[in-house]
Amino acid sequence: MSDRVDLLLSLADDELLLGWRNSEWTGIAPFLEEDVAFSSIAQNEIGHARALYELAARELGTDADALAFDRTLDEYRSAPLVELRRLEWARTIARHWLYETADAIRLEALKGSDDVELAGIAAKIDREEVYHRIHAEMWIDRLLATDEGRGRLDEALEELWPYALGVLDDELRPELVRRAEERLGRSLPAVEPVPRGRHEAELAELHDEMTMVRRSAPAGARW
Amino acid sequence: MTAVYEVFRRERAGSAMQHAGSIVAPDERFAEIYAREQYGRRGESDALWLVPRDAVSEIDEFVDEFDLKYRRVDGYSIKERLKEARAAAENATRSADASPAGGRRP
Repeated sequence: MSDRVDLLLSLADDELLLGWRNSEWTGIAPFLEEDVAFSSIAQNEIGHARALYELAARELGTDADALAFDRTLDEYRSAPLVELRRLEWARTIARHWLYETADAIRLEALKGSDDVELAGIAAKIDREEVYHRIHAEMWIDRLLATDEGRGRLDEALEELWPYALGVLDDELRPELVRRAEERLGRSLPAVEPVPRGRHEAELAELHDEMTMVRRSAPAGARW
Repeated sequence: MTAVYEVFRRERAGSAMQHAGSIVAPDERFAEIYAREQYGRRGESDALWLVPRDAVSEIDEFVDEFDLKYRRVDGYSIKERLKEARAAAENATRSADASPAGGRRP
């Protein structure tokens, strides 16, 4: 597998799994407007995943659905951050913000890539991510505004920070530390990143659910 | 803690803004994101207005004690008068038929 395909799959798997995880709030988000907004963001992420899978699929001679649903667990290139199932709102927002912050750094780097196609798709994705970032930032402001909110955010960060570091490679990681510390107005522990390539236990359950329709209708489901 | 925002949307440039619905949000920033997702994510709008409901002045009383129909946009109702006129015309024809002089018949 080429480095390019490997990169495309890491990006696509991150977006697909995060989209899936975020969509678990559909119907049970804290209030109706947030439910609609967060579900819409989840759909956007899955749309990005599709576009990225299509690029990888062309190189591999397959299609986006096959890459999204026919691979075994070990073949997923996702960062463990997006695999976690955390149906607690402060943790969900913390993960959302950490991911968006890391993703912004990654997309900025890709937009400057010599690979025109890759730079193009990064720019296209980034134009939608702008709104995801606005959404994440306003929630962070809200959490930072009260002692209770800050406490909950700190608790979530304690668990998620090593995972967030694992989204980026060694080269881009220091930028994430810089931006996160500046934004949160606190220092973050110098911990070992939870690396890409190993998987969280709950990914198996998610994979099972995600591939259910595909397995029941391998030739393609008709809706 | 939360406020209601009335959302107006415009389908395309040049059209009028129309009331789309309302949303509840903690503040204006949240309201903007929520309005964007609820009334713009399907490409159904090219512009949105957000108005805090508190900023809306409402008028809901319209006095018309003297029944000044001629000022209404629908004007006089002629349905009743037309009916009366038709009935009168019919009666006039009948009485002409019944008269011994025969009236003006072709």
